Amino acid sequence: MNPVYYLYLAALLFTIGAAGVLIRRNAIVVFMCIELMLNACNLAFVVFSRMHGNLDGQIIAFFTMVVAAAEVVVGLAIIVSIFRTRHTASVDDASLMKL
Amino acid sequence: MENLIALLVAAPLVGAALLLCGGKRLDRTGAWIGSLFAVASFAVAAVLFADMLGKSAEDRAVHQHLFSWIPVGGFQADVGFQLDQLSMTFVLLITGVGSLIHIYSIGYMEHDERRRRFFGYLNLFLAAMLLLVLADNYLLLYVGWEGVGLASYLLIGFWQHKPSAATAAKKAFLVNRVGDVGLSIAIMLMFTTFGTFAFGPVLAATGDTSEGKLTAIGLMLLLAACGKSAQVPLQSWLGDAMEGPTPVSALIHAATMVTAGVYLITRSGAIFNAAPDAQTAVVAVGAVTLLFGAIVGCAKDDIKKALAGSTMSQIGYMILAAGLGPIGYAFAIMHLVTHGFFKAGLFLGAGSVMHGMNDEVDMRHYGGLRKYMPVTFVTFGLGYLAIIGFPGLSGFFSKDKIIEAAFAKGGTEGWILGGAALLGAAITAFYMTRVMLMTFFGEKRWAETPGAAAPGQQVQHPHESPKVMTIPMIVLAVGSVFAGALFSVNEAFVTWLEPVTSFAHGHSPLSATAITASTIVVLLIGVGLAWQMYGRKPVPAVAPRGSLLTRAARRDLLQDDFNHIVLVRGGEHLTRTLVYLDHSVVDGAVNGTAASMGGLSGRLRQLQSGFVRSYAVQMLGGAAVLVAATLLMRGV
Repeated sequence: MNPVYYLYLAALLFTIGAAGVLIRRNAIVVFMCIELMLNACNLAFVVFSRMHGNLDGQIIAFFTMVVAAAEVVVGLAIIVSIFRTRHTASVDDASLMKL
Repeated sequence: MENLIALLVAAPLVGAALLLCGGKRLDRTGAWIGSLFAVASFAVAAVLFADMLGKSAEDRAVHQHLFSWIPVGGFQADVGFQLDQLSMTFVLLITGVGSLIHIYSIGYMEHDERRRRFFGYLNLFLAAMLLLVLADNYLLLYVGWEGVGLASYLLIGFWQHKPSAATAAKKAFLVNRVGDVGLSIAIMLMFTTFGTFAFGPVLAATGDTSEGKLTAIGLMLLLAACGKSAQVPLQSWLGDAMEGPTPVSALIHAATMVTAGVYLITRSGAIFNAAPDAQTAVVAVGAVTLLFGAIVGCAKDDIKKALAGSTMSQIGYMILAAGLGPIGYAFAIMHLVTHGFFKAGLFLGAGSVMHGMNDEVDMRHYGGLRKYMPVTFVTFGLGYLAIIGFPGLSGFFSKDKIIEAAFAKGGTEGWILGGAALLGAAITAFYMTRVMLMTFFGEKRWAETPGAAAPGQQVQHPHESPKVMTIPMIVLAVGSVFAGALFSVNEAFVTWLEPVTSFAHGHSPLSATAITASTIVVLLIGVGLAWQMYGRKPVPAVAPRGSLLTRAARRDLLQDDFNHIVLVRGGEHLTRTLVYLDHSVVDGAVNGTAASMGGLSGRLRQLQSGFVRSYAVQMLGGAAVLVAATLLMRGV
């Protein structure tokens, strides 16, 4: 199967993720869309790794996963904290540093 | 003997300090104390003069170094005095005539409550003027120069309760400042050119210096001389300076102040000799001023202002002579000395007339005073004959020599200058005869009893002044009569000054006899014309409207109007333009930069909205741009 199709898929996923980040207000959904974009990139890395026949892309994909995992931890903690204080998870309501 | 020189300056200075700091306990004796210090200075001058006469001509110049004033590296300013024949002449004139004026003031200021202060200022004036003529370098001369300016300011504005006197004092001070700037620039130029400003080295080094620099120094010195000596274009203060008490006018016009410019130019003779362009400027100023002052003098009805015009004109003669170079210096100083006698005499006479006429200065309210003030009439009359150059009196000898020297300048220039000097002599004869006729001759234009007074006439009880006033007038009148003849015997005065100013015989295109004859002819024409206009018919008590020239001359030939329109208005426009430029251009640039920065920041601030999604769009857009740019670069 032609690896280019995987690239199309990666681009499609990235676009969906980007659109979600820009359009949706709910912090959890935005967060999930970010994950979608990260994983679209991972897919693209892996495809390139396959196409070029070396492991560089795959190694970077692992790095991305580690960073994404750490980011999820911190990000979810922030979102939970915001929800507790403001009783909403809308990113537009949290436009100020103060309450 | 040279240790006495400092005493010349110190005596009046101590007198001034004593009188100005002494307080009320000196109020009664102040006038005598002030006069005593002036006479003491004259006595020292006489001793030094006798000593100087005993030496040969080459050894006569003596120096006294007092102390080092500002020793800073290459800049050495000393306080030292130099007494040579030129300084000696001035010292004798200043202390001699000055002392007589002091004594006269005892009588004149008898009823003034502030006379102690008046005598303090007079002493200060003498001290400053003596410092000016005795200094052995230009910087110390400048100190005396400024001191004279200060003392004149204090004395002209002595009756400060009169707004006109206060204004006149300010005017004199400000106009003098313009000239002072010239002197300070000249001194700075000397320092950069010669590295020193002591008379000896500066005047000796003129041979090795470029003519351009010497011309610049000469023109700046001329500006200074114009300010102090009231020459065109800085002449406007002199007429208003008549607001001061009359003895002050006598002091300013005869012995001090206005002679300072002539001294400066004569002292700096070596510089002018090496800078012909500057000399041309000097003679031009002198010739213009001698006619200017004479014309102004013709139209004034105020006796003091008529005499002020005459001073301006006579100083013009001196400046003209000083600009002629070695053929003229000695005659400039000779005329200065004779003028010191007769002008002091004339002013003291005018003061005596005012003293007897309740301070009335308008000559149209005088008339027929010769019977009431015989001593004043005779002394004033002798001064009058001297100033118009009546043969045998002092003005005849000195003015005649200047006219001769002016013709001897040679070429067209000589004819123009000589013609101007001759014309000036004619006008001098005219206006002085006019003063004489309006004051002492003709019908009385005043009344002795209120009943006899015609409408507009004043009631006056004219009387002769006390002896303390008439004796100085008599002494000055004797000087006016004999000084010129005394100086001219065997060219005594020229021989006396020659070691300092150098002297060259001028070669006039006209013979001396022809010039003397023509001066006598123009003198008679001037006197005759004045007799025709003011002697044969009665003088109207109210000034007639007069011709255009007369009206202009009454307003000092529009000098104040000129200054007002050109300098005051011009200055106002200049400052307005500068303020406008400052507001619009300088402030505009600064404020505009600040405002545009502020506006830009306002726009940029709006990007930081705090909305996460808008940041996301910006990041996405930025990333897209980067990717597009990368692809484009690849493509190229």
